[in-house]
Amino acid sequence: MMIYLKLFAVFFRIGLFSVGGGLATLPFLQEIVHKYGWITSEELYNMIAISESTPGPIGINTATFVGYNTAGVLGGIVATLGEVTPSVIIIVIIAHYFAKFSEEKIVKSSFYGIRPAVAGLIGAAGFEVTKIALFTFDKFNITNNIKDLFDLKGILLFALIFYLIRKFNKHPISYILLAAAIGIVFKF
Amino acid sequence: MKELFEIFMIFFRIGGFTFGGGYAMLPAIQKEFVEQRNWATGEEILDYYAIGQCTPGIIAVNTATFIGYKRKGIAGGIVATLGMVAPSLLIITTIATFFQHFQDIKIVQHAFGGIRVVVAALIVSTVINMASKSIKNWMSIILFVLAFFAVAILRTSPIIVIVISAITGIIVCRNKDFEENDL
Repeated sequence: MMIYLKLFAVFFRIGLFSVGGGLATLPFLQEIVHKYGWITSEELYNMIAISESTPGPIGINTATFVGYNTAGVLGGIVATLGEVTPSVIIIVIIAHYFAKFSEEKIVKSSFYGIRPAVAGLIGAAGFEVTKIALFTFDKFNITNNIKDLFDLKGILLFALIFYLIRKFNKHPISYILLAAAIGIVFKF
Repeated sequence: MKELFEIFMIFFRIGGFTFGGGYAMLPAIQKEFVEQRNWATGEEILDYYAIGQCTPGIIAVNTATFIGYKRKGIAGGIVATLGMVAPSLLIITTIATFFQHFQDIKIVQHAFGGIRVVVAALIVSTVINMASKSIKNWMSIILFVLAFFAVAILRTSPIIVIVISAITGIIVCRNKDFEENDL
């Protein structure tokens, strides 16, 4: 019982203090390795690698993973619930006041500035993943051959999928399934 | 009750098919809530992202809670979050039990190689849609471009970008009366 309470408390704290998402939880996870010894450093990096290549938010995947390895199925559930509890509380409070104050001039004018900036932020995230998916900088840095900079298969698939998205506008899941199949068939 | 279940199932789908977290789920959110159901506008989704980015916790979960709350109050927020994390619990528990070397499996690597490309294409396409809607004048073009370069090239923290753009919005709009269609 103790271990579940502890897992909940540790992940509650991670959920409360990691701002910005993605790998913002990493320093806290390293603390779990060093302070509690529930998992080893190597196990942690293995878990992060898996969490990045399975569906779902990375932070949630790692919470489930660490919880499971520490205290089984229930441990995974408890750790995950601990991590999302602060979000739910904080966002419900904010959403409540947001609905109340969204007509205030100061709120309206801040979001007037924020919206194009957030579109830019998401653009930057898109740029980052596009760079990784279409270019092979590692190879290029070694060979310095311009041919090695481009991942031709990736560029072709990107162009195909982008065309299909713009033309048919289907649910993203259909493109993800299609790309997974293409990835397996053409050995991406 | 029926709508709570629907909220759960939508986020279950999104959680189960989002690779890369936060920003990667945006195309699916846009499709499910803005295009298919009219439960939120594209601008509202951008607002939720901005708030989710600046508040503690996982962005994907914050955004899910926000959308769920808006639709069905506190129960909606909780159900949305549970739907979002349920696939992770199922998938990771299965992997942890049976394949600790999941990411070394060849077929998984190939599938993920393809998925990575499509996630990039989906995000780029969504950004084009969002930018074309939220960029209406010179100020928004400048903010879009500056935010992009600050994060993509200078690696500025997104939180700083959001705070500065909010202040810019307040300064620019101080003498402005908002019309119905402005925001």
